[in-house]
Amino acid sequence: MPDERVTDGAVRRYLLDPGELTPQTLEQTLAHAWSRACDYADVYLQHSQHESLTIENGVVKDAAFTLEQGAGVRAALGEKTGFAYSEELSPEQLLEAAQAARSIAHGDRQARLPQSSSTPPPAVCGYDNPLQNLDMEQKIALLREVDETARGLAPEVKKVTATLASTYEVILIASTEGVYQADIRPLVRLSVSVIAERDGRREIGGHGGGGRYGYSQLLETGAPARFAQEAVRVALLNLESQEAPAGTMTVVLGHGWPGVLLHEAIGHGLEGDAIRKGTSAFTHLMGQRVASPEVTVVDNGTLPDRRGSLRMDDEGTPTQNTVLIEDGIIRGFLYDRLNARLCKTESTGNGRRESYAHQPMPRMTNTYMQAGTHSPEEILASVDHGLYAVGFNGGQVDITSGKFVFSASEAYLIKDGKIAHPVKGATLIGDGPSVLRRVSMVGDDLELDDGIGTCGKDGQQVPVGVGQPTLRVDKLTVGGTRMHDG
Amino acid sequence: MTAESASAQDLRTCVQQALDQARRQGATAAAVSLDRGEGLTVSVRLGELETIEREQDQGLSITAYFGQRRGHASSTDLREDSIERTVEAACQIARSTEEDPCHGLPDEDRLAFEYPELDLHHPWDLDNDEAVRLALECEDAARADARIANSEGAEVRRYDGIRVLGNSLGFMGTYRRSSHDLSCCVVAADEAGAQERDYWHSTHCDWRKMQDPGTVGRIAAERTVRRLGARPLASCVAPVLFEAPVARSLLGHFVGAASGRALYHEASFLLGRKDEQVWAEGITLTEYPHEVGGAASAPFDAEGVATQERTVVDNGILRGWFLSSYSARRLGLASTGNAGGVRNLVLESREPALSWDELLQRLGRGLVVTELMGQGVNQVTGDYSRGATGFWVENGAVAHPVHEITIAGSLPDMYRDIVAVGVEQDRRGSLQTGALLVDRMQIAGV
Repeated sequence: MPDERVTDGAVRRYLLDPGELTPQTLEQTLAHAWSRACDYADVYLQHSQHESLTIENGVVKDAAFTLEQGAGVRAALGEKTGFAYSEELSPEQLLEAAQAARSIAHGDRQARLPQSSSTPPPAVCGYDNPLQNLDMEQKIALLREVDETARGLAPEVKKVTATLASTYEVILIASTEGVYQADIRPLVRLSVSVIAERDGRREIGGHGGGGRYGYSQLLETGAPARFAQEAVRVALLNLESQEAPAGTMTVVLGHGWPGVLLHEAIGHGLEGDAIRKGTSAFTHLMGQRVASPEVTVVDNGTLPDRRGSLRMDDEGTPTQNTVLIEDGIIRGFLYDRLNARLCKTESTGNGRRESYAHQPMPRMTNTYMQAGTHSPEEILASVDHGLYAVGFNGGQVDITSGKFVFSASEAYLIKDGKIAHPVKGATLIGDGPSVLRRVSMVGDDLELDDGIGTCGKDGQQVPVGVGQPTLRVDKLTVGGTRMHDG
Repeated sequence: MTAESASAQDLRTCVQQALDQARRQGATAAAVSLDRGEGLTVSVRLGELETIEREQDQGLSITAYFGQRRGHASSTDLREDSIERTVEAACQIARSTEEDPCHGLPDEDRLAFEYPELDLHHPWDLDNDEAVRLALECEDAARADARIANSEGAEVRRYDGIRVLGNSLGFMGTYRRSSHDLSCCVVAADEAGAQERDYWHSTHCDWRKMQDPGTVGRIAAERTVRRLGARPLASCVAPVLFEAPVARSLLGHFVGAASGRALYHEASFLLGRKDEQVWAEGITLTEYPHEVGGAASAPFDAEGVATQERTVVDNGILRGWFLSSYSARRLGLASTGNAGGVRNLVLESREPALSWDELLQRLGRGLVVTELMGQGVNQVTGDYSRGATGFWVENGAVAHPVHEITIAGSLPDMYRDIVAVGVEQDRRGSLQTGALLVDRMQIAGV
């Protein structure tokens, strides 16, 4: 269990001391915003170090270091929000930001700020700085291992690119609701991309993963070799792929990363801002059945070391395991403080922001479906003709119409209950509120993804996790180039 | 240094200091860029103020070279000691990474030691109250349509930025650029309770040249309402007409595949296709980086290389690539001044461009696409499969709105199968084109 003194030390070293800030400065900043009659105000300080190294053509000749730091101040009154940020961590800049943020509220207030008395929620990861975890030679050696493994696997491998990226982030949140919380959030990611060529045909394969830990944990799990093998396997497979079918058919989704389906089709539509505004296709479906009793979906920010995990969200609310769909019935939405207040409910610890320069909003953490009872073999054997999709690039949703897409990068045609041959990547399209009704079999093989997902919403990117067991979806539209031949 | 006091001269001094520090730390060459900006965004929703956001951005970025080794670092903290640490970080990386013979500053004779004034800087003296008034006017215009049942709001944004770029060859360039936006997103509902959402936005560096708030709101409402009653199609092969705003994405995929990085990674379906027919006959793609007041105009690229007008596709034939100094050296070519992207790439046709009605006539029976979803584009193979929303057209007239379908094909085929280009160009971004009619694509639906 990480020591709170580590957090305190990092906060002083990176956030407070350089600009001669103190806990009192933050209180004064809040008091300045609060002295106008607003409902809520918060200040968010962030220091983030990011490093990336890339091997390409067998040479590690590209590396970058990025330092990002600043403070955001927010004030809210009803549905109104005032927000300002500055790259400069100084008492003057914080006051100026508070001045700009409070412009949404009028009228003076004498009342004192509530006392802050926050005990930190349990940690979800260690506090090592991954940037300092290995020295440069070791990082280069790690990338070389990826490169050499991939090249050694098949003569068809023409190009290998691998990127090692890590972030060390220290944040401090103080709010007029008594929050004074600090956190350290490490994040590492290794991604591999391979181009294979045979008889003039070129195909790409990729894989990646990581989590909230240092490089050592990535190495312990054998990630470099494993990711290289996976990328090469997909590239070689795609060299054999035939045209994908076009039309509506039964689709079997593999376990793990294909859970991006849940993220797009269900998750975004259950976020509290869209629910409050009534712009989500799920707005009036609370308590209603949207899936068979075998389907239970949760958003869980508390899983140890996961890419989407957080000890607390960016408003200082502890993260939790929120049940979204229980036995096929919608049971929960995801809230930040603003939307929870307006909907007269509690935050679920999903108030996240890309950085100090962005406003928090309801976002997912790790979203996944619980395991069912069918074996994956049983599910595949049940399909006469369909698509088995196991790798995806990502997806997108229109939460208002409910229509979502996700694009397969590894897929197979199923014929008579057996995998027939690989097909080219294709986009799958469906309708969020109705797609889970078509889930007729849920596998017993729940798996979470390897830690590669980044979710974009209103221009803000945050790391997330997804997962699911193997699923059979009875009808989904597959956007291939070849007409369905029955 | 605070935002108020920073003049262009202060910023140039700051860049020069970073360059000097890099030299003192042993770098054989270095390049530094510094960006600073200030803005205001105001949004309203359902007739009420929703957010006021003050933006203040800054960032310094340094590339240090130790012979053929390179290191890169950036920071949003511009205090002197922090800049020094950033320079140190770049030098540290450069010392410990491996050599690449293609690394280095641009060739000196390509740097824009003299560059044109492109009239890109029009600060907007817009305060909170006036911004709220404009946003409300915009949203009200959209909500005037009774079928608009809900709103994601209207937003007004002004932004004013400055960029300073310098390198150890003595190049020091500066330009200011403002960027102003007005957008509106609304929701329409039908009797059955089905909801549709769409939006419109106007953007320009000169706020006087944006569409007025009422027009933006009205277009947003029209685009939303016309989607009501959408239904899927049966799978079929048909011609597809891409509205201008979505046709731009087809140019984007082309730029991706014709960019130096994709070429030296051998991750492009355009590999080895230079001087071949890649687009339909009659189609020309020209980059106009010096267009006065243009959406993506710039006097020099992200490395200080002079940008220039040039034809990349001539009568359908691929004549050039989009290269930075590094990617050019990897390919044994010269930089095209495209470090940091393309600048006003415009698609033009030798055939007469058609009005919207003429395009529908030409389409006859087929699909109009107004929105595309998802990432189903493979730059290596050109395979294309995306979710689509739009209209089904019969006998040159709109029959009904369509959703929950995909369109698929291959980009090389799609580019060659363009049979008509719309006269009305979307010129809001770095990629500019009219609507594009592709003769034949696979549509997947029910």
